[in-house]
Amino acid sequence: MTAVRRRGRVALIGAVVALAIALPFVANSYILSVVTLALYLAYAGQAWNVMMGFAGQLSLGHSLYVGLGAYASAGLFSHFQIGPWAGVWLAIILCTAAGAFIGALAFRLRISGVQLSLLTIAFAELARIGFDHLDWLGGPGGLFLRVAERNSVDLLGFRGPPAMYYYTILVLVGGALGLCSWLFRRRAGYYWRAIREDEAAAQSLGIDVFRWKLYAVALSSAMTAVAGVFFAFYYNNLFPEQIFSFGRSIEIILGPVVGGVGTLLGPIVGAGAIVVLGDGTTELMNRIGLDIPGGKQVIHGLLLLLVTIYLPEGLWPPLARALGVAPRRL
Amino acid sequence: MPLLEVEAVSKSFRGLRAVAEATFSVERDTISALIGPNGAGKTTLFNLIAGMYRPDAGEIRLRGRGIGGLPAHRVCKAGIARTFQLVRPFDDLSVLDNAVVGALNTERTVAGARARARAVLGHLGLGDKMSLIASHLTLADRRRLEVARAVATRPALLLLDEVMAGLRPGEVDELVAMLRTAQREEGMTILLTEHVMRAVLALADQIVVLHHGEVIARGAPAAVLREPAVLESYLGEDALDGAGV
Repeated sequence: MTAVRRRGRVALIGAVVALAIALPFVANSYILSVVTLALYLAYAGQAWNVMMGFAGQLSLGHSLYVGLGAYASAGLFSHFQIGPWAGVWLAIILCTAAGAFIGALAFRLRISGVQLSLLTIAFAELARIGFDHLDWLGGPGGLFLRVAERNSVDLLGFRGPPAMYYYTILVLVGGALGLCSWLFRRRAGYYWRAIREDEAAAQSLGIDVFRWKLYAVALSSAMTAVAGVFFAFYYNNLFPEQIFSFGRSIEIILGPVVGGVGTLLGPIVGAGAIVVLGDGTTELMNRIGLDIPGGKQVIHGLLLLLVTIYLPEGLWPPLARALGVAPRRL
Repeated sequence: MPLLEVEAVSKSFRGLRAVAEATFSVERDTISALIGPNGAGKTTLFNLIAGMYRPDAGEIRLRGRGIGGLPAHRVCKAGIARTFQLVRPFDDLSVLDNAVVGALNTERTVAGARARARAVLGHLGLGDKMSLIASHLTLADRRRLEVARAVATRPALLLLDEVMAGLRPGEVDELVAMLRTAQREEGMTILLTEHVMRAVLALADQIVVLHHGEVIARGAPAAVLREPAVLESYLGEDALDGAGV
């Protein structure tokens, strides 16, 4: 990379980081909530991308891990007053175990591709039905957390103003990006990409395919667990019908698919595009007095359709080239 | 003790015998060729040695240690690397990254693996194509990459499954020269299947002839190719012409 291009890149990153830090001071609460949602989807998308973009294993049931993580931490909080800083570990352990179990089951039985994604959907549905009957956690009536004091910050209990949640998810997105870009350059990154490209060839080169696929699923579900904890404490209410729904899983996937599966920044760019276009247009239509139910979903669908047809690589690779930086392919 | 011993190995698919009590051995630091007509069981035998299939009966030993029935990645760890007849490079990865994946088999660090991958790619004439994406390579280069990736794992025994297929005569000679060099420098033993007799004759110290899954002849190339059974079963008419023997 030439010095000019490097300086350009540093300037670009600096500007984005500065803008991100300054946002709560300059934006109104609506914008802040929209950006928080975008970052939440970017983070969950990054986690999903570890499994699909890195290792090529398609999960359409990641709502399972969001839901398990959310219920684990919210349950501890509402029943035992144990805060999310401890609860997040229970969430991670539960989700990693669930992911490892599903992965081991699938990979032992040589289930892959469409069958694997059907299996992941089935487990998310199973959880939805199971939690509907779990009265201790609210059942179908929902689990509600004491709503946060909006003007005092309780870091220990993770209760506070929107800006606190915004900064938290911002750090999570940065951390996930850092972790993925570090793994990309390690043995794991090479092995996962080899498995994604050709399992038999990867195995012939000494890679224990079963074990490394399991690592990918475990890491992906552990990362998604944290998204679930964030979800629980940000929205304060959980319904099995919503949190485990197939739609939630698709929502997680939209970011990386629109932004570019198997790229480091694709999940972030894609989540941004989806939320800005979806919520932005809805807000615009509300302003001019149009209220179309489901309008957001239609826009998501259209965006997905257009990207699939015209930008099969996703939004980020062409955008990166236009900005003069090389898109990092996983 | 021979490096590889294949003893009375059999494999059937739905009652069809693909390999029938095949027995042969491969000495260290030699190049052996496994030849025979299409459907003779060469690739099946390769897949048995490489751990893709489990033998129904018989023993496969590397340095005296039984490896028959081990999964493919354990066979690779034991010291056997293979190429595939239909090349299967990691298409979305760069040429260098393809070889790095192989080199990580024995290298402890990514930096070490990258250094080894660069060296191996250099030996196989891909030194100036390392940053290309594998899917952009020509067939000849894809075959070389397939070999490089396997060599990068630092195998004691390298199995080459028809790496010359589809190459022009000039490209065959180039690859033959590269294999010779690589074999000497890496201290590898090579077992290959091949239809291109030009390559077999240029490379092989030993030929093993397979027919209907059985080993019908083995020994030095000149002697084996004179045996009536071999001439009849395999070299019959057009193969001899094609080989220019």
